[in-house]
Amino acid sequence: MTTRNRWFVPVLVLTAVMFAYSPIAIANAPYEVTMRLVQKIFYYHFPTWMALTVTVTVCTAASLLFLFRGTPLADRVAVAAAELTVVFGLFGLVSGSLWGRKAWGVWWQWDARLTMAFLLELIFIGYLLVRKFGGPGSDKLAAAMGIFGGATAPFVYKSVDWWRTVHPKTSVVMTLIPSMWYVILFCTATFLLLAALILAARVRLESLRAELDRQYLALED
Amino acid sequence: MRFFRIALLVLKKDFAIELKSYEILSTTLFFAVSCVAIFSFAFVKEGEAAVDAAAGILWIAIAFSGTLALGRTFERERYGETLKALLLAPAPRPAIYLGKLLGIVALLFVTELIVVPMVAFLFQAPFFERPLLLVALLGLGTLGYAAVGTLFAAMLVRARTRDVMLPILLYPITIPVIIAGVRGTSALLASPVDEPVATLWIGLLMFFDVVFVTLSLWTFEPLMTE
Repeated sequence: MTTRNRWFVPVLVLTAVMFAYSPIAIANAPYEVTMRLVQKIFYYHFPTWMALTVTVTVCTAASLLFLFRGTPLADRVAVAAAELTVVFGLFGLVSGSLWGRKAWGVWWQWDARLTMAFLLELIFIGYLLVRKFGGPGSDKLAAAMGIFGGATAPFVYKSVDWWRTVHPKTSVVMTLIPSMWYVILFCTATFLLLAALILAARVRLESLRAELDRQYLALED
Repeated sequence: MRFFRIALLVLKKDFAIELKSYEILSTTLFFAVSCVAIFSFAFVKEGEAAVDAAAGILWIAIAFSGTLALGRTFERERYGETLKALLLAPAPRPAIYLGKLLGIVALLFVTELIVVPMVAFLFQAPFFERPLLLVALLGLGTLGYAAVGTLFAAMLVRARTRDVMLPILLYPITIPVIIAGVRGTSALLASPVDEPVATLWIGLLMFFDVVFVTLSLWTFEPLMTE
């Protein structure tokens, strides 16, 4: 994994082009009836959360793999995915908050999705903290955090859902007209590609670091 | 059967040590009581308790004193350098986890025996209208909280920053327990008692317990292997 993947540059170019085109696609999409211009933030907000769902899943799966098989690569993938989760989570919380301010008139609401997002953000910041300050064996501690973090998310969702809810239900997405759908799918694809790219680059960085450590130790001996 | 016998042996060992000094029990109890006392200074004004505060305060006191107890239990193992011996014993690791978990749960139950009447008394909260539902909520909530807590405290024994890390890692993951506990308890405190809502939260707690106890038993072995 220390050699550069030959797909990296073509995918990078493709993603850059897609990102450059996305504002045009969003501008051309029809207005939503009630929220008008404000709704446009949705085209970046929703894909962020899709990307986050993927990175959380990847992190949990990689943590499990690392814990039970001890594959070093799985650990690197887990760190990369956890960092991406924090970044996408922050972006999603900020874009969601801005949207909420305009659409609901408040910056923040303790509804199911928002709380789950906030908690996931906390859990994965905890993941990074434990990696940084956990000392020896922190990779296993972090793996446990990844597994338990992934497992607790549905519970947080359900519990706050019963508590109260103002966030639009998933069914709202289904009622969008086709011309909006294309733009959303396009933006989601763009964000997923971006996530995959950063993940690959980050995993490669970790692999290089490990290789450097190995060679350094070999030199010392 | 051997599995449960080993778990009970670990529990017996912890009890025997604890009964010599009552160190963890007395410090945890004292902490829980001071916690409730501080809350009562903040939330009881002119003899009137703030609406709906009792349930939250009860669970915060349980969660905070639980963290303290969890940290101390494993600190003792580390201090006596007995953790390695415990892990080297020819016993299935999950059984050791189960023994530790039972000890923590028992300790927290004793704490609750003191804290619940105290909150009821200071906040004029009618906790005992539906004693069975209250016991179910407290029992399941404590089990869920302690299940995750025992695993994390055990893992953190070797970490230098364990005292800070335990709450940082534990609270976000056990939020569903706290939400269910607080909402369920305040449903019990409502007049009239909102039984369907309380049962709903008991159901969520049961599900949480099943998932997290299983997950902890499953991951304890690889997590504790160096």
